[in-house]
Amino acid sequence: MFWLNTKRILRAGVLSFWRNGFVSLSSILVVTVTLFTVISLIFTNVILEAVLSDFKEKVDVNVYFVTAAPEADILQIKSNLEKQPEVASVVYVSRDQAIAEFKDKHKDDYLTLQALNEIGDNPLGARLNVIAKDPSQYEGIAKKIESQNTLMAGGTNIIDKVNFRQNKDIIDRLTKIIAGTKQFGYTFALVLVSTSLLITFNTIRLVIYMTREEINVMKLVGASSMYVRGPFIVGGMMYGAVSALLAMILFYPITLWLTGTTQDFFGGVNLYSYYLKNFFQIFIIVLMVGMSLGAVSSFLAVRKYLKV
Amino acid sequence: MIYFDKVSKKYPNESLALQDINFSIAHNEFVSIVGHSGAGKTTLLKLLLAEEKPTEGSVFFESVNVHELHRNDVTKLRRRIGMIFQDFRLLPDKTVYENIAFAMEAAGRSDDEIAFDVPHVLELVDLNNKAWDFPGHLSGGEKQRVAIARAIVNQPDIIIADEPTGNLDPVNTYEIVQILKKINDIGTTVILTTHNKGIIDLLGKRVITMEGGKIIRDDASGKYVL
Repeated sequence: MFWLNTKRILRAGVLSFWRNGFVSLSSILVVTVTLFTVISLIFTNVILEAVLSDFKEKVDVNVYFVTAAPEADILQIKSNLEKQPEVASVVYVSRDQAIAEFKDKHKDDYLTLQALNEIGDNPLGARLNVIAKDPSQYEGIAKKIESQNTLMAGGTNIIDKVNFRQNKDIIDRLTKIIAGTKQFGYTFALVLVSTSLLITFNTIRLVIYMTREEINVMKLVGASSMYVRGPFIVGGMMYGAVSALLAMILFYPITLWLTGTTQDFFGGVNLYSYYLKNFFQIFIIVLMVGMSLGAVSSFLAVRKYLKV
Repeated sequence: MIYFDKVSKKYPNESLALQDINFSIAHNEFVSIVGHSGAGKTTLLKLLLAEEKPTEGSVFFESVNVHELHRNDVTKLRRRIGMIFQDFRLLPDKTVYENIAFAMEAAGRSDDEIAFDVPHVLELVDLNNKAWDFPGHLSGGEKQRVAIARAIVNQPDIIIADEPTGNLDPVNTYEIVQILKKINDIGTTVILTTHNKGIIDLLGKRVITMEGGKIIRDDASGKYVL
């Protein structure tokens, strides 16, 4: 009996979806807009993460060493830093690399280069560029570096300076911007998704409101609540499934266009290749959201008219 | 078979739809309920179908109080009652065949039974050639015949016809009454509400007359007197 009823409910749902073409189309359009919002939020999140991580990479703490600092000691400090959980990466820039960078940076500044030549020896010390996993952790990392025993034989400290103090203001500001942007992003997403969900729910409720007399007749003819409700739930799930497919197809030209025009602006994220690479996962998420939304909305909307 | 025991119904707006209703209907009876609009005829039928609850009193169907039934049992009770409405109330996105089959599907009948019974019932109401039409393509008389086919397809114990000829011309009205008589002749109890004096006088069966929510006459072989 269960399978017979399931088969009949599925058939009735599909037939009703097909025969009420215009109503189905309008519901699909509304659900598509909602799912479009969901996919947009997925992409916005990807872009936001990329832009913020781009920002984060631009900020680091530099540890400058005195010119006499032995390379082995510096590499030891580098190795110690890399073991810290809050450190994302440590890049060692040797004295030779530092002077090469300096020369490259001032290749058009004749006076500076001449002054450098007159000094004769390499005046620049080696340095470590430390990048934290989160900008808020720079202060702790700087303190750890400063607290390490970095004395050479003879009592001279091999660390010339740690530039965290100079960068503190900008790091603090960046930390606040990142936290604020994330908070705003999540709140905005929540408001947007809630609004879309409400609109979808109301649209499906309206569609079912139009059939309230039929629901009443079905009940009076002796149909059980589940037998009446079933086809509406199937219909709702079909709205969700077709809308999910439509929304995914819509994003093909959109991501292609966005990638061509705004890739640099979006922290170097290639949305088109992200879309293609994650097509299946995004589709499953959107399909689940769409079908659940349709099913739950139908379930709740029919309930009111089943009390006969 | 059916027994109304001191039934009163008051709606939330304080209007009194039924007052102290007492009557019983025996198996295989053909009972017409007549009265002006607002006399309480439809409320009476809604109470029998457990669509409404009485404010006072009880409604019994074969010694079972229908308002004490669990929701699932109400569904089973309704499968034993065939309903015919003035406005037909067919399912507009289902064909004639599917409308009739729906009542059988809802009752859990097998596909084979449906394939056998539906054409048979369609033949009974003379609509074989309209099986795959949608209700929107039928005349009023044809729609009412589909509704009758839907009501009788599960071979119910009772047929309740709530002003079934209200929207029909005299020819269709006569046809519908003949079908209802035929259904009654084969052993089904029929309860008919109507405004139509001609029908009542033609039937010559029991007539319950209502006014202002009360039963004012109950004649075994009555005429339309109001």
